Amino acid sequence: MGMFDPEVLPLIFAALMGVSILLYVVLDGFDLGVGLLFPFADEAERDRMVASIGPFWDANETWLVLAIGLLLVAFPVAHGDILTALYLPVAVMLIGLILRGVAFEFRAKAPLGHKRPWDVAFWSGSLMTALSQGFMLGMYVMGLEWTWAKVGFAALTAGALAVAYSFIGAAWVILKTDGVLQRKAVDWAKGGIWGVVLGMGAVSAATPLVSQRIFDKWFSFPEVVALAPLPLMSGLLVALLWLALRRLPTANDSFAWFPFAGATVLMVLGFFGMAYSFYPYIVPERLTIWEAAASTESLSIILVGTLFVLPVIMGYTVLAYFIFRGKATKLSYD
Amino acid sequence: MDTLILSRMQFAANISFHILFPTITIALGWVLLFFKLRFARTGDRKWMNLYMFWVKVFALSFALGVVSGITMSFQFGTNWPGFMETVGNVAGPLLAYEVLTAFFLEAVFLGIMLFGASRVPGWLHTLATFLVAFGTTMSAFWILVLNSWMHTPAGYELRDGIVFATDWWAIIFNPSMPYRLVHMLLASGLTVAFLIAGLSAYRMLRHDRDPAVATGLRVGLMIGAVLMPIQILAGDMHGLNTLEHQPQKVAAMEGNWETQGNVPLLLFALPDEAARENRFEIGIPSMASVILKHDPAGVVPGLNDFVAEDGTVMHPPVAPVFWSFRVMVATGMAMLVVAWAGMFLIWRRGVEALPRPYLMGVTAMTFAGWLATLAGWYTTEIGRQPWLVQGVLTTKQAVGDIAAGMVLSTLLAYLAIYVALLAAYVGVIFHLARKGGVLSAPVTSPGMQPAE
Repeated sequence: MGMFDPEVLPLIFAALMGVSILLYVVLDGFDLGVGLLFPFADEAERDRMVASIGPFWDANETWLVLAIGLLLVAFPVAHGDILTALYLPVAVMLIGLILRGVAFEFRAKAPLGHKRPWDVAFWSGSLMTALSQGFMLGMYVMGLEWTWAKVGFAALTAGALAVAYSFIGAAWVILKTDGVLQRKAVDWAKGGIWGVVLGMGAVSAATPLVSQRIFDKWFSFPEVVALAPLPLMSGLLVALLWLALRRLPTANDSFAWFPFAGATVLMVLGFFGMAYSFYPYIVPERLTIWEAAASTESLSIILVGTLFVLPVIMGYTVLAYFIFRGKATKLSYD
Repeated sequence: MDTLILSRMQFAANISFHILFPTITIALGWVLLFFKLRFARTGDRKWMNLYMFWVKVFALSFALGVVSGITMSFQFGTNWPGFMETVGNVAGPLLAYEVLTAFFLEAVFLGIMLFGASRVPGWLHTLATFLVAFGTTMSAFWILVLNSWMHTPAGYELRDGIVFATDWWAIIFNPSMPYRLVHMLLASGLTVAFLIAGLSAYRMLRHDRDPAVATGLRVGLMIGAVLMPIQILAGDMHGLNTLEHQPQKVAAMEGNWETQGNVPLLLFALPDEAARENRFEIGIPSMASVILKHDPAGVVPGLNDFVAEDGTVMHPPVAPVFWSFRVMVATGMAMLVVAWAGMFLIWRRGVEALPRPYLMGVTAMTFAGWLATLAGWYTTEIGRQPWLVQGVLTTKQAVGDIAAGMVLSTLLAYLAIYVALLAAYVGVIFHLARKGGVLSAPVTSPGMQPAE
């Protein structure tokens, strides 16, 4: 019966999970990035940067909850494998998320003079979160095995993702501010773009080397031709971003949107590359999405709700971003 | 210590920390909506000042609830993989619906509620406040459905040791769900009632003349006075429901070892599990039988019925359940007395003339709701042991195979952070209360000015 076919259902859920992760990386990516850039800003600039993410960060983080929720519910056999293998980086990430999430609220309400420690907590929490997520990405690409070489690779992707997040964070600041802060953000973005290049390059180079299967998927004919646009478009986009950053900010603030849009498209391209490489596995080379899927009845129950609810969520999320469009002003409850 | 006990401690620490904040946000959302609507109706700025003050506490509580909730959702996978692998077909959809129907709603509209007042029309801001309150309550609904199902599973069948859902209606409306949900929602209302009353009393003690302070105190005490008797009734019905479905838990709550009639209501005892008896018992004869069976001779199940032939104990550890139950009841009784005494004093003298010792007492009870909620939570959750899902899965079966050292190190890290954050939270809300007078200065009114 079509969509509720036991063959198709796990595929739909893998796609839903992928979309959640992608939305998370873009959305929480920029607010994590803003946190990472804290040490480079003075106090007034930090206030303004926090104001630019204030209405959004909570909802952004929810995509991670949905992604992990879908992993738990749709692929119960895989989640144990993945999460127990990543026990320590998950713990580091959670502590980071706790620190930055509360620091954000506390810094606005704490007694005068207590702001600075909360700023440090916000920055270090963002850093712990970004590094551990990058580390997990690296470990996943390496097949979730703890050897020195693989941990070393994961350390590389950890750094790269943190820098990449600060790139998209800087792109967000370019979009949401003006004046001196905007000019600063352009400089930050110029540094941060190397994290994107390094991270995407490292993952793209390492993945086919780790797995013969993935190597064959990419480098056999005619796939190699069909897939060529993916790296080519990424390269072109990076070049365009670089050109744009050299000209930004413009006098009438035109193209302030471009770095953020470009970063988003880059992440989408990278995501499709990853998805193509690992399909149909959910635990690399060990467990396919069909082997890991929950029962058809339970998946159907969730899918019915998801199909009704997800468009509504998307709708009011867009509404929230629309309401808070334009340059960020002082964060105020008034 | 082994991975099982460390994982249990870690989860207990996490959930104890987490539950403090939804307990506040669930009811505080509705109270904020009430303030907003009163302001719209009367135009009296004190209601707006109340909104402006308590929305800050709400934002802080919400952030702490979210981050500790995320931690919990990951711990299912990192520490308890057996849980989802065994009951994922039931637990999964319930958790998914929580995220889809409640979590996003709260998180997105919270942004509009907190920062959108000057950007959206008044009605949309009020709607956002409503949706956040509704979302937190929906969240509580789904989580309590799942939690209740773990206590009183229904609507499923086992195939090769894995749970498969057969009747979603029976799963959602499982036998203990309505009692547990009502009990928890009332607990949230009472926690917020005493939080509002306590901080308002603190501000009155500091001679804060803002009219919002006296109103806050009156509203808080009134909510407490109205909800407490309902809570006692709901708690009693919840207890009878537990007796029907988890008699071993009630036996531990009562410290009753033998199945017998004329069971006394123990006021004090030190349950000794090794000797399988109580020391230093002080009780009211036959009273437990009267409460549980409405008959002095009523036979109440005893703990000794839950020891298998081979000596395996299938009832919970007795002392923690026995004592946490008593802490919950005693705190509830204190809340009843304080709230009703407050109503009486306000009726006789007015809220401005409340005696200082009474205000100090109310201030001391600012977090009474937390104490009662935690104690109640321990009663029901420790009382479920050794089962994770009653009759289906034991806690021991669900734990993951992780090195004990890793669990210990993360446990210590979490504990350090939780203690620090709890201290910061309490410190900051009292700090907000101290500078609360600032808010009585003229403020622009959220949602009362035209949209840009």
